[in-house]
Amino acid sequence: MKQDNKLIVNAGSAGSLQVVLAVLTAMGKDYPIPVLVVLHRNNTFESSLEELFASRTRLVIKEVEEKDAIQPGVVYISPADYHVLIEQDRTFSLDYSERVNYSRPSIDVTFRSAAEVYGSGLIALLLSGGNADGAEGMQWVRDGGGLTIVQDPQTAEVPYMPQQVLLRMTVDIVAPTEELPELIHSLAYK
Amino acid sequence: METNPIQYEELELLLNDLYKRYGYDFTEYSKASLHRRVQRLYTLDNFPSFAEFRYRLQSDSHYFRRFVEEITVNVTEMLRDPSFYRTLRTTILPILATYPFIRIWHAGCSTGEEVYSMAILLKEAGLLHKALLYGTDINPLVIEKARKGIFPVSQMQKYSENYIQSGGVKDFSTYYTANYHLAKFDSGLTGKMIFSTHNLVSDFSFNEFQLILCRNVLIYFERELQAKVFKLFDYSLENFGYLALGSKESLRFSSIADRYRQVGREKIWRKVHEAG
Repeated sequence: MKQDNKLIVNAGSAGSLQVVLAVLTAMGKDYPIPVLVVLHRNNTFESSLEELFASRTRLVIKEVEEKDAIQPGVVYISPADYHVLIEQDRTFSLDYSERVNYSRPSIDVTFRSAAEVYGSGLIALLLSGGNADGAEGMQWVRDGGGLTIVQDPQTAEVPYMPQQVLLRMTVDIVAPTEELPELIHSLAYK
Repeated sequence: METNPIQYEELELLLNDLYKRYGYDFTEYSKASLHRRVQRLYTLDNFPSFAEFRYRLQSDSHYFRRFVEEITVNVTEMLRDPSFYRTLRTTILPILATYPFIRIWHAGCSTGEEVYSMAILLKEAGLLHKALLYGTDINPLVIEKARKGIFPVSQMQKYSENYIQSGGVKDFSTYYTANYHLAKFDSGLTGKMIFSTHNLVSDFSFNEFQLILCRNVLIYFERELQAKVFKLFDYSLENFGYLALGSKESLRFSSIADRYRQVGREKIWRKVHEAG
């Protein structure tokens, strides 16, 4: 499959920030697959997250804006307090509807929407977190033919979120924290 | 997890039906969000097939009303984004104060929390007596709620925090009367409000305003529909009037952008030239 038919959605909640950072840091600046990061986060830290990522990685970091066309070489960050959806023409939509799993952005909402559009080109990575958001979404990713990866709960700072996925389904890859950066890096060249 | 997903082609069919049958045009709404809302309703109401869902909507106007209520997003809060309201207080209201009469339009006001927020700001600026606030929404049910001015007491702590962050110095609880789990807002505020249904897609301009607020509505519209709505707002705004959008919305790529200037860092634009 051509790399421009792919999307990586890197999602997590409590305890996932350092892992996301490690994964992004391992990507070269010519990393060919667009990346969307969906994190449960507090409104007050909104701007500093982009700055943190930009200072530690070689990639272009951009907060999702509605109707942005999804481009390779860019890491998109979900804005605080909006759901992120993907349109059939591979542009982003933002949605300020009800919280899902007490969360906005909801990982389930984005996983499902991305699975509908990217199908087998979707790579979904779910990390550490303290609630069940993302577990149903992972089933949509699998049903759409996408690649499902979770952080090994035994190595996650907060194991609950990846555990909820493993209780529901078998994923393609369960990877310990220290192997995730190299794993995601290598996906670009498959 | 439902097993019966609606296809995007089916959604298009449905939207065309509804336009022909009821005159409501959702065909230029952003599809990912609309699809999700329609899918949610379809699953919630346990339709065995898409064909039955489609037939019910065609044949039952009461059910269509439920459809409108359920697929439109009605999430709102009082004084959301306190820094936005702080800018209204410090920068916009002092200018509106120079007008003999102030007309404000909240387009897509949902259950009205934003209209009540504005009324509080106007009252504190000593301007409410010469202001009229128009609140409109496509959904008749939320308009009925907005007229009542009754909101859950459980929200008041959050609203009170927003109020203080927006520069409020009074005790927020003086604006409402709490009764069990409900808070009814002061009728002095409600008295300056006019609520009505209005569809931004198909209805025309109905007055001229010095300030139009339309926050977190345009994110649900495709680009062409956004452009139409911007024209409607431009037509409805006096020269030197203000247009306020949601925190993730922008006038930047619109055809009216060159006649508007952004006010500071907030999503507020001032009309600086009339259309040529």
